[in-house]
Amino acid sequence: MGPGTVKSLLVAVFSLFSCIIFAQGQPGENPDEAKKTFDANEVIFGHIKDAHEFHFFSYKDKNGEEHHATIPLPVILYSPKKGWSFFMSSKFHHGEENYEGYSLMTDKKIEEIKKENEKEGKKYHAGQIVAVNEHGEMDKSVKVYDLSLTRNVVQMLIALTLLVWIMLAIAKKYKKGDGVLSAPKGGQGLLEPVIIFIKDEVAKPNLGPKYQKYLPYILTVFFFILINNIVGLIPGTANVTGNIAFTFVLAVISFIVILASSNKHYWKHIFWPPVPHWIKPILIPVEILGVFTKPFALMIRLFANMVAGHILIICLVSLIFIIGALNAYAGWGTSIFAIGFTIFIYFIEILVAFLQAYIFANLTAVFIGQAFEGGHDDVDHHEDAVIV
Amino acid sequence: MDLMNVILLDAVANAGGAVGAGLGAIGAGIGIGQIGKGALEAIARQPEALNDIRANMILTAALVEGAALFAIIVGFLAMVL
Repeated sequence: MGPGTVKSLLVAVFSLFSCIIFAQGQPGENPDEAKKTFDANEVIFGHIKDAHEFHFFSYKDKNGEEHHATIPLPVILYSPKKGWSFFMSSKFHHGEENYEGYSLMTDKKIEEIKKENEKEGKKYHAGQIVAVNEHGEMDKSVKVYDLSLTRNVVQMLIALTLLVWIMLAIAKKYKKGDGVLSAPKGGQGLLEPVIIFIKDEVAKPNLGPKYQKYLPYILTVFFFILINNIVGLIPGTANVTGNIAFTFVLAVISFIVILASSNKHYWKHIFWPPVPHWIKPILIPVEILGVFTKPFALMIRLFANMVAGHILIICLVSLIFIIGALNAYAGWGTSIFAIGFTIFIYFIEILVAFLQAYIFANLTAVFIGQAFEGGHDDVDHHEDAVIV
Repeated sequence: MDLMNVILLDAVANAGGAVGAGLGAIGAGIGIGQIGKGALEAIARQPEALNDIRANMILTAALVEGAALFAIIVGFLAMVL
């Protein structure tokens, strides 16, 4: 890759940019026709985002009515004016009816608001619950706090229960004495190599002699992310790890653990690094920012990997329907390639599920180890093998 | 065609987002390709270190992919915001 190829690449990119300005589409040409064709945008975001129900599929019966196969979930709302409300999300009938002074925003309603006032329409998203007065108009003065058990929450609780049940069941076997002095059997054989792998490859090299204090947290983070990734791959389930609030909380907890295990040496290196004086004004802001960017990168890495995987799978399957909307026979033909490719991507996503859980746990261990490691100032340092 | 109207259109924001994400994918491709090249050369030199090299290769690839996914997220934000 010499300088000639880089130049050609830059020329290609910039000429493409100048073409885009001439290739704009005309918005609002055929609003009715757009409704009949397959709306890929709605399908993709409907699967990625949170919702107040588990939605499996919808179909139109002979009369043209739409039926939805869904599992409704509890809606828990608090508003300072109306107090607490508890009801099932089926009372909303997918946004067609208002209930107890609350209304579910749908794409149709947001489009109507956008027609009158574009900026107002951007404040709302589909699935949001707003307060309405008796006539059904939106009451903007009432603030609504939505604390419902949405599908992300319910699925996370299910995965959590599954994880705790599996771990306690296998721990009970160890307490009984199976697999302690003999070979591990059954479920022990599944979990013991994984736990030993985390202990030997993630905890001990990064945390040194103090690894036992942090091993519970590292194992919890690894298995929690892993089980939420795997359950999220089942078709029909919600996208829990691809939710930035979920990864944000995990990153904040890791951040707190890193800060709690930091020592004076760590902060001294951040605020007064041992470098020449003319580098200090550059390095000190970078180091201070670095304290925050490391957990931030943990959050974004897990979120982006999971969301990208899910979007890829949904896009490949939607490709069948997009092409099918143009020509039914082409749709059937595309389905062979699309489903084959989707299965291939599914295997990669299983690998990514394990890998991202391992990376999160590993980097947390690395950052914790960096926070309490001592100085490397001793010169005559006989490197004995650390036997822990 | 008024130039200011053209620049402020949603279509250009979407196009900019998509091009940015594509450039991020180029970065990921180059980075992970070099990781793979280094790993294969190391395995060729010392085949008994295969497991260590493979573990490090996968770890480093995930880190490089994390950086590339930043670009994709920013491209996505350009579309949505």
